[in-house]
Amino acid sequence: MSKVRQQPQYPQESESAQAGDTLLQVRGLEKRFPLSGDFLEQLRFEGGKLKRRQAFVHAINGVDIDVKRGETLCVVGESGCGKSTVARMVMGLLHPTAGEIRYDDRRIDHLSARQLLPYRRRMQMIFQNPYASLNPRMSIQQTLEEPLRFHHPDWSRQQILDKIGEVMVSVGIDPEWGKRFGHEFSGGQRQRIAIARALAVEPEFIVADEPISALDVSIQAQVLNLLMDAQERHHLTYLFITHDLAVVEHFGTRVVVMYLGRVCEVAETRTLFDRPRHPYTQALMSAIPRLDDDGPAHIKLPGEVPTPVNLPSGCVFHGRCPHANDRCRHEIPQLIETQGSQVACHAIEEGRL
Amino acid sequence: MTIAPTSSSTTSPSSRWARFRSSYLLYSFKRDWIAQVCFAVFVLLVAAAILAPWLASMNPYDLAQIRILDSELPPFWIDGSDPQYLLGTDAQGRDLLSTILYGARVSLIIGFGAVMLQALLGVTFGLLAGYLGGRVDAFLMRMADIQLSFSTLMVAIIVGAVIKATFGGAVYSEYAVFILVLIIGLAEWPQYARTVRASVLAERSKEYVDAARVMGFRAKRIMFRHILPNTLSPIFVISTVQIANAIISEAALSFLGLGMPETQPSLGSLIKSGFDYLQSGSWWITLIPGAVLIVLVLVINLLGDWLRDVMNPRLYKG
Repeated sequence: MSKVRQQPQYPQESESAQAGDTLLQVRGLEKRFPLSGDFLEQLRFEGGKLKRRQAFVHAINGVDIDVKRGETLCVVGESGCGKSTVARMVMGLLHPTAGEIRYDDRRIDHLSARQLLPYRRRMQMIFQNPYASLNPRMSIQQTLEEPLRFHHPDWSRQQILDKIGEVMVSVGIDPEWGKRFGHEFSGGQRQRIAIARALAVEPEFIVADEPISALDVSIQAQVLNLLMDAQERHHLTYLFITHDLAVVEHFGTRVVVMYLGRVCEVAETRTLFDRPRHPYTQALMSAIPRLDDDGPAHIKLPGEVPTPVNLPSGCVFHGRCPHANDRCRHEIPQLIETQGSQVACHAIEEGRL
Repeated sequence: MTIAPTSSSTTSPSSRWARFRSSYLLYSFKRDWIAQVCFAVFVLLVAAAILAPWLASMNPYDLAQIRILDSELPPFWIDGSDPQYLLGTDAQGRDLLSTILYGARVSLIIGFGAVMLQALLGVTFGLLAGYLGGRVDAFLMRMADIQLSFSTLMVAIIVGAVIKATFGGAVYSEYAVFILVLIIGLAEWPQYARTVRASVLAERSKEYVDAARVMGFRAKRIMFRHILPNTLSPIFVISTVQIANAIISEAALSFLGLGMPETQPSLGSLIKSGFDYLQSGSWWITLIPGAVLIVLVLVINLLGDWLRDVMNPRLYKG
């Protein structure tokens, strides 16, 4: 892990030999949320018979993701496509319905809270809303002190204080402010404190769930730079959830594009922005406003995102895809390697696109 | 950059006092004369009850000080009163003022004790139900529903009667205070459990709880150190109402003869003991302790109302 920014690595190479290079491996991840309440609420009278009916929100439907050491893997997609759910399952805040999550080649999704404890120090999370992610009844000092005391019971008081001072300085918060409470800070400062809390336990992997989308635009760049500095200094790996493509272009090593709980396309940032392959990615990229936008060539997708309660058969995108054919309506496309990116699309596989 | 070790010391008491002085709580108290009057009356009553052994002219528990010949003397503004007994005497010749002071003490002890027990049970169950959810939640809340479907008095009467029958009246009289605290405490915990559960459900979805879980903190620590401090305001508010309720419950039980014995009367048993003499003209034995009880409960309820308005921002000027 000598380099922070790794040279572009094409998925073909990494799949085979460099398993040790993969920090986080997600395979066949599925998550569905029950929609129909408890047992009694599921009973329905239909045609004179009592029937049990269950409905689910299919939030994640078979997601494969690899995060390599030292990279920033950005997950993009519109609201409700399951980006945050993936992040929460990786952190163990939600239990997957199916599939497995491996961290450093060990399966972690079925571990108990106690067995997960050693991983808690290695992987941390930064949340979207800095107004809710700091406990309103705890001072900044207490917020930062508690994780340290918990994970380092053998540390002396002075060691803990030194560490707190160090992380506060590293995120640009004056250590003198430790006595203050969260509500006394601005959104950007609170997010810095939340980052300090995550960094305090010296993790190697950070899941950031839209960490800047709740912030003022003028503050976003500061926090983003802070995250990049921290990455360089501590050799961090990021799983970065966002819907801001400008941030992805600036920040990401590789990009995962999600739609309705599935992965459409995985590619190096440059590759994806230069040549998006999947029809959905193409539509997404065409929606980025550009300065030289005289005659905008937006790809307009007909219709709306289908409901995740009744998933479309076959490719989840077929209802809105201009290139869909009969196969797309019946067969679920798998990720295939093509020219430096992985794409889940029959049209590309068949050479129609 | 080096950090001075003194820079990050924890909050000192002086700054906590400063924070209280600049708080909305104090600000609103200073502007609300009803709250001020209620608080003054409440403090006065509590102080009088605590200081009863020094304030009262006689000890109503001490049979040697009671003179049966002085029974049923009227208060000072009625002819035939004895200046020694300011508010008159009861049927056994006890000074009514002294007995009321001691009685208020018993009532307040039972009220606070029962509420502490209620809060302990209710907060624990409410936290567990709200944070763990699922089957634990369903079980605890159905228990609460069942408990609430009995009235407090019915539970208290049954439990009280069973204890009295099992251990005999003498044991019951001796431990009456503890038994009443236990009965009223056990009968009313669902009020707390439901309130706490509702606020835990609201707090649990906030990201600071997720942050604590991601840190690997155990459920107990998250519940008591992170969520509980954020649910304190509704707990405070419900506590005031519950203290008033517990005092009333105790009075009702004593009035029914299942509460404090004659020998160490609470306000309720004092009202009851005078009730038999109401028709014969000695109204003061019932009405004066009754008035004290009403004032005590009213003051606590008004303070609770004020506290609810202050602590629930959605009800500002509501």
